[in-house]
Formats: sequence, C-alpha cells, structure tokens
Amino acid sequence: MKALLLRAVPRRALLSDSGKVLSLAGLTALVGAGVAGPAFGQAAPGQDVQLLNAAIALEHEGIAAYTIAAGSGLLKPEVVKIGVTFRGHHERHRDELVKAVKALGGQPVAAKSDKEYATQLNVAKLKNQADVLRLALGLERGAANAYLGLIPSLGTNYHQIAGRMAGDEAFHVAVLGGALGEPIPTQGLMFGG
Amino acid sequence: MSRSLMVAGALLSLMWGSQPVLAQESGDAERGATLYQQRCGACHSLDANRVGPKHRGVYGRQPASIPDFHYSTALRKLKEPWGDETLDRWLTNPTAMAPGTAMGIRVPQAQDRADIIAYLRSPAAR
Ligand code: HEC
Repeated sequence: MKALLLRAVPRRALLSDSGKVLSLAGLTALVGAGVAGPAFGQAAPGQDVQLLNAAIALEHEGIAAYTIAAGSGLLKPEVVKIGVTFRGHHERHRDELVKAVKALGGQPVAAKSDKEYATQLNVAKLKNQADVLRLALGLERGAANAYLGLIPSLGTNYHQIAGRMAGDEAFHVAVLGGALGEPIPTQGLMFGG
Repeated sequence: MSRSLMVAGALLSLMWGSQPVLAQESGDAERGATLYQQRCGACHSLDANRVGPKHRGVYGRQPASIPDFHYSTALRKLKEPWGDETLDRWLTNPTAMAPGTAMGIRVPQAQDRADIIAYLRSPAAR
C-alpha cells in the first residue's frame, strides 16, 4: 500500500516550496496523508491542501445542487440544459482542484450523497423554477466571493486558478441574475472585497 | 434582491461614510445578514453543516464545538470562545489565527467584518 502510494505521489509533491527534497519525516507525512480519511480533521499536511479541499467540497455541493435541480421537475427543459452545462463547469473545477490536491500529496475530500446535499440545502422548500434559480444564484454568488476571498490565503501557485474559477462563477451569477430579472449592479467591483 | 433594499444599502453606506467609528463598534446586523449570504453562504448555513459548520449560536460558543462536524486539528486547538474580538481576528485572516485551518476566506474591510459579526450576535442567528 505504501509503495503504491509513493509511486502515485508525483515528483513535484516531493519538493518543498523552496525546491529542497523533503526529509524522511516529510515523506512519511505525505504517505500518511495519502491514507487519511476524507474529513478535514485528518487531511494532508499543508495549508493549501486544506484550503483546496474546502474548495473541492464547495464544488461537490454545487455539482449536486445542479443534479438535484435538473431532476426536480420544477425546471423548463431549456433551463435544465443550462443547469447541466453549469454543472459541467463545476465538474471541471472539481477535477482541477483534485489534481492540485493530489500533486501536493493530499487526499481529495470525497463527495457526500445527493440525499445529504438535498437535506443540507433544504431543497424541500423549493416550489417553483424561480425558487431553484434563486438557490443557484445564491450558491454561485457565494462561490465567486469565496474564491476571491480565498486568494490571499492560498499559495501563489493557486492564485490564477482560483481567479479563473471565480470568473466562471461570476458568469453563472450574471446568467442566473438575468433570468431572475435582477437589476444590473450599478457599481463596479461587485464581488469579493 | 429588491430595489428598495439596494437604496437602503446605498443610504446606509452614506451614513457610514460620516460615522465610520460608531458604525464599526456596533455593526449593522441587517447589512451583515446580506453580507453573510453573499460571503459565507457558499459554505455555511445557520442550521446545516455544509462545507463549514452550522452557525446558529456560534457567537459565544467554544470553537470547534459542533459534534457532528469534522474540524481541522488547527481549529480544535483554539481556546477562546467566539466573540467580537476573536471573530474579527478570524475573519481578518483565518490561517494566521489557526494555521492549518480549512477556512481561508478573508474579509478585508473592517466595516464588513463588524456587520457580519453583528449579524452572528443578533437574535436572527442565535
Ligand atoms: C470556502 C468555504 C467557506 C467560506 C466561504 C466561509 N467559511 Fe467559515 N468555515 C469553513 C470551514 C471549512 C470551517 C471549518 C474550519 C476548520 O475546521 O479548520 C469554517 C469555520 C468557521 C468558523 C468556526 C466555527 C466553529 O464552529 O468553531 C466560523 C466562526 C466561520 N467559519 C465563519 C465564517 C464567516 C463569518 C464566513 C463569511 C465571511 C465564512 N466562515 C466563510 C469554510 C468556509
């Protein structure tokens, strides 16, 4: 198991920030991280792994939200199509983040079941298409702000990808806000800050 | 989001402009509720554990005390209860306060932090 994991840890992960090869203790920590459970409590060493894993958890929830929405029967077919496209964007985000966590020698956090997401998002209260769109808008706006708020805490290697993901979320906000007839914000710098 | 809310927000920010210190001390829980939705709502709710732990009653509570949420060891090491000062430090820079935490979101504006904290302290979030 250990040998297998070691092989799975890419070379980049064996180098510390300064480019030095990790000590034996560091190596052991990496291997330990590989076998850790999905909970944050046992996650891999390294601040970035923790933060990127929280972002993966956020993307998992977003993906589930669009799956649940698409199957809710509350959306018109053309709206379902848009939702499925947006879900694909979030899947792409998840995949990039998973790659980053693995490259750092961490264990990407696993998704919960859609049933759990349905409960934690309280989808039982959604009665019509506008309700669903408002939930999606809230999550997307939150995600755009989350990525922007995260940047100063993240290692600089991940600033650009976080910015790019915030851009996608902002695009989703614009589409959903437009569909709901929300007024265009009058002031610039509408996210983060 | 209604237009009247936006107008109210604009008026409020005008008022803050003239009395920044006073507003900062007390915080505006109503503006804080909106900010909470927008800045924290991707990960937190009052009544459900999501990416982050549920927040109802967090003001005055010991850190990492929701039993069914898997906190980082970093957060479990914090000793002081969540109050005005600790929450302000947390939202300014969580990874400085608890290195190794899973939450990295910073809220750089003091007024925004004060308003969010006022919301968490208000009956709506207790
Ligand atoms: C990207 C997701 C994310 C966002 C956005 C976020 N948080 Fe968190 N928050 C977390 C995670 C994850 C934890 C648990 C951290 C740990 O265990 O290290 C947490 C923990 C906390 C705690 C400690 C709670 C306890 O039970 O001890 C507080 C307080 C908190 N967050 C407040 C906020 C506020 C206020 C905002 C909005 C300004 C916010 N968070 C935005 C993910 C997030």
